[in-house]
Amino acid sequence: MTGSPNRDGANAHRASRRFLFVLLSVLGVAVAHVAQAQDEAIPAFKTIDSIEARVQGCVTCHGQSGAGTRDGYFPRIAGKPATYLYNQLVAFRDGTRRYPPMNYLVAYLPDAYLKEIAEHYARQRPPFAASEATAADPQVVARGAVLATAGDANRQIPACIACHGRGLTGMEPGIPGLAGLHPTYIAAQLTRWRVGDRHALAPDCMQRIASRLSESDIAAVAAWLSLQQTSKDASPETFDRVRMPLACGSQQ
Amino acid sequence: MRRRSLVVGSVLAGIAVLLLVAGVAWSLLKEGFLPNAPGAVATTATTAAITRGEYLARAGDCVACHAAPGGRLFAGGRAMPTPFGDLYVPNITPDDETGIGLWTPADFYRMMHTGVSRDGSLLYPAMPFASYTKVTRQDSDDILAYLQSVPPIRQKNRPHELRFPYNQRDVLIGWRALYLIEGEYRNEPTQTDQWNRGAYLVQGLGHCTMCHTAINALGGSSEAKAFEGGMIPNQNWYAPSLTSNREAGLGDWSIQDIADLLQTGISHRGTVYGPMAEVVYNSLQYLSDEDATAMAVYLKALTPNDSSPPVPDSARLVAPSVMESGRHVYVKQCAVCHGDEGKGQPPTYPPLAGNQSIVMASPVNSIRMVLNGGYPPGTRKNSRPHGMPPFAQILKDDEVAAVLTYVRVAWGNTGTPVSPAQANDLRKSIPE
Repeated sequence: MTGSPNRDGANAHRASRRFLFVLLSVLGVAVAHVAQAQDEAIPAFKTIDSIEARVQGCVTCHGQSGAGTRDGYFPRIAGKPATYLYNQLVAFRDGTRRYPPMNYLVAYLPDAYLKEIAEHYARQRPPFAASEATAADPQVVARGAVLATAGDANRQIPACIACHGRGLTGMEPGIPGLAGLHPTYIAAQLTRWRVGDRHALAPDCMQRIASRLSESDIAAVAAWLSLQQTSKDASPETFDRVRMPLACGSQQ
Repeated sequence: MRRRSLVVGSVLAGIAVLLLVAGVAWSLLKEGFLPNAPGAVATTATTAAITRGEYLARAGDCVACHAAPGGRLFAGGRAMPTPFGDLYVPNITPDDETGIGLWTPADFYRMMHTGVSRDGSLLYPAMPFASYTKVTRQDSDDILAYLQSVPPIRQKNRPHELRFPYNQRDVLIGWRALYLIEGEYRNEPTQTDQWNRGAYLVQGLGHCTMCHTAINALGGSSEAKAFEGGMIPNQNWYAPSLTSNREAGLGDWSIQDIADLLQTGISHRGTVYGPMAEVVYNSLQYLSDEDATAMAVYLKALTPNDSSPPVPDSARLVAPSVMESGRHVYVKQCAVCHGDEGKGQPPTYPPLAGNQSIVMASPVNSIRMVLNGGYPPGTRKNSRPHGMPPFAQILKDDEVAAVLTYVRVAWGNTGTPVSPAQANDLRKSIPE
């Protein structure tokens, strides 16, 4: 027996108070989080003649500082290497990467301006949102972890981290960070590469990798990647050709 | 002794030769004798024609259709969806077999002027020969000189995919009888040279009527309805009337604002978007200030013609709750750029109060701007434009309708309410 009924009652009371406090804090954080995410998606700027004002066309999907929004699809673009972002903007403008809302927005913007926009978002380091709760089976996540961190030599699938960095923050000049992306976005992009809808500069290493992945591989990798927390310094790694397991056009 | 004098003589002769060579080289290389460094090449008749031709080809916006997205310049191949089926744009690079490498100036002029190709076949009127017929022979020759100077690309033309009966080229004979009035532009003697230059560009190379005059069921533009506006087939954008001051009529615009809109893409009165952004990006930004101003002078002077009946006050009644909900969205999402009173921050952010593009009868363009956002074209005079974000993923249909209703009737604007169903209709159309 431990303690009197009275004492137990006091403990229970304290425990429930603590539970209520924790619950309220969690709710408070969640509410603050939603509010912040919504503010992030509302147009706002200080000076009209600034790059911040010029890129307001991006904020309702990608957020004020490029961290992405809570919408399940739109990717984080902050801190990705400038050359990667520039390559994507040019591809959207010229129609070699298809996503109609983006194709439409950047259709008539010149190279130099797209470069400026890319460099702006490459400089941003907004905090990462907490990982989303996943409904994925722990076994699936575990398989994703193996693929992402070790790859599968028998199928010639290199590890994600071999190019996208140990911290998943990408590599200069052309490899994007994978941290902070929604699982739906990761799965959609890998699938588009796999079926030949998305291309990168030749030699297209991602096309080679994605064509070796099964649908369940993609689901597993996306589930694991979206759970990863990232260190505070989310800068891409420097270019290091020696480690690259495949030749990639975006790194040449 | 003889040998030594021979050696001395040879050396002297050698020096003499060197001096001679140096002298000749100096006289050849001195300024004015040989062409200067690249970039300052002397102009010849040929280069002048090519340079003029490039300018005119831009004024005619050939590239808008004759280059596939991401494809090579003028190689064609782009699909043009029309109400009658898909047309595939032909290769106009100077490749002898698949392009226009063997065309004579007379062949090219006949095509521009009458819509008859080199092999005698009739062109479909997606090629704006009903406008290009106004182009002078000299301008036509220069455009051809320019097209002959670009890299030839071997790419076979893809056959059109039109439905019956439109796939029968004989139907074009009827179309031509109705809508083609052959003839070069003739100066109006009662008008200024500037007005005439503007008319030549607007009616001819600019082929503005292709969008700004409604296309009827036969795919023709009626001259009686010239510049009265209409929906652009297959694009879900409305090309406003250029003659109605209730739409994009320019009667009360300053010449400078009109020229800015055409050449820069932004102005103190409004900003180009949608298909007009493409026209400014590919074509009008390259106009000289004189030509942009001439077009502005002509457009401003178009005879006002409001054929639509005025909107009755009853059609402009709005439920107070809708106004309040619209105002709420406006303050939160729009006011930071367009201002509390809808005055905008021109020319960067266009005014919404008193903006004809906002209040015109068709709300199609405004709905699409709210849903899809948009960037004005990056032009020589505005290379880093400010953009508007899409709101399709943030605002529900009733919020889109409410904020547009608010914008169309607030601040003395004279538009009519927008319904959630209208917003929903355009949500389905993928931006192009």
